Amino acid sequence: MDTMQLSFYDVLRMVIAFVLIVSLVFINAIIMGYMERKMAAKIQRRWGPMEVGFQGWLQLILDGVKIIAKQLIVPKDADRTLFRMAPLLAFTPVVLPFLVLPFSKSLFGRDINLGLIFIIAVSSINVLSIFVAGWASNNKYSMFGSIRSVSQNIAYEIPILLSLLSVVLVTHTYSMQGIVAAQGSIWFCLVQPVACIIYLISATAETNRAPFDLPEAESELTAGYHTEYSGFGFSLFVIAEYANMFTVCAVATVLFFGGWHGPFSGEYLGALWFLLKVFLLMLIMVWVRWTYPRVRFDQLMNLAWKYLIPFSLVNLLLTALIVKCI
Amino acid sequence: MSGYFSELITGSKSLLVGLGVTFKALISPVVTVQYPREKIDVTSAVRGHIDLVKDEATGTHRCMVCLSCMKVCPCQCITVQGEKREGVKGKVLTLFALDFTKCSLCGLCVESCKPKAIDFSNEYELAGFTRDEFVFDLLKRVKERA
Repeated sequence: MDTMQLSFYDVLRMVIAFVLIVSLVFINAIIMGYMERKMAAKIQRRWGPMEVGFQGWLQLILDGVKIIAKQLIVPKDADRTLFRMAPLLAFTPVVLPFLVLPFSKSLFGRDINLGLIFIIAVSSINVLSIFVAGWASNNKYSMFGSIRSVSQNIAYEIPILLSLLSVVLVTHTYSMQGIVAAQGSIWFCLVQPVACIIYLISATAETNRAPFDLPEAESELTAGYHTEYSGFGFSLFVIAEYANMFTVCAVATVLFFGGWHGPFSGEYLGALWFLLKVFLLMLIMVWVRWTYPRVRFDQLMNLAWKYLIPFSLVNLLLTALIVKCI
Repeated sequence: MSGYFSELITGSKSLLVGLGVTFKALISPVVTVQYPREKIDVTSAVRGHIDLVKDEATGTHRCMVCLSCMKVCPCQCITVQGEKREGVKGKVLTLFALDFTKCSLCGLCVESCKPKAIDFSNEYELAGFTRDEFVFDLLKRVKERA
């Protein structure tokens, strides 16, 4: 695909990929919502949803139906246009990274040679949507939530980029397929353990998940940036959060855990390995969420600026030196 | 700079310990029950509303209508009535009503009862739509249990 001329099949492929990806985003939200509730329950030694269907597996679908039926109330003093735009702004960009994710050797939307950059660029728009939501709500809690979100994301974007860059130095490519192909024999979590840990910590912060969920800290800010949202506006934020989790875990899988590599991973079966690894990482994120209390804001900033950024810089320099010498 | 690395090491260690604690909880069995379908036995020390005790020997209650419970009750929620019958020594119980809306579960009636005819029940599923539902006919209840 060197030229910009798209054949009919390219367009058809993109359309099919997009439809599948949007459905994957919704299904992912349902599965993760269910798994999160179940796992939270098991950690607190209760049952979790048990009423609807076997082990309550229909609960999230019913919740979805209920939340669609709810009215989206716009507060009186809110900025109406921005207020309605913010959930869409949160939801649309999180779908885009899925287009370049390599689900298996032959199963991907499109393999562009700047795939990693594209994912990082597009998933940063999420911060903007949070800020728009907080600003448009005209509510001090929402405002505080969105300000926290912005400063948190500025702090944590740097270690993410630096840790991903040290992998790119090894692979010499930004293409997601190229990075997966480069770790046929050894996964990069063994080659770059420091970068892997730094990425996983910063990714948790980047997706605003506990223990770094300060933008939506219930005890201080009611619900942070989505305090004023009801109905489907709220659920779009939740779906976007889970899709963001999927994206960061998929990037972690591609860069550090061998992507679709695994026993019996052929042209298409690799997708099973890919999804297995992504969901395992997401379950680890859920496990972490229900283990740690929320950090204070200065602790959050200290962790980023005093530990993650220096360590990732040193790691990047060492990687550069070693790559240069070999 | 002092304490930079030691803080990092102790912090990471405590984080791992925390993950271990929740993982142990994750794989250990659930402690709650699915209430309406599954019930646990309440402890015998629980104070439900009072109930007439069924005497195993005679198969009925032991009340001799001395009215001491009715007299001692500070809320006056107990109504006991009895009558003389031919060939029976003492009085025969005809009504033992408890107005549970007034009862404060003080237990004076249980203490004052000489033949130990009343005791606390283990009943805890008490919900209703009208006040009348909480006026219990304890004599009927003891007969139903027999």
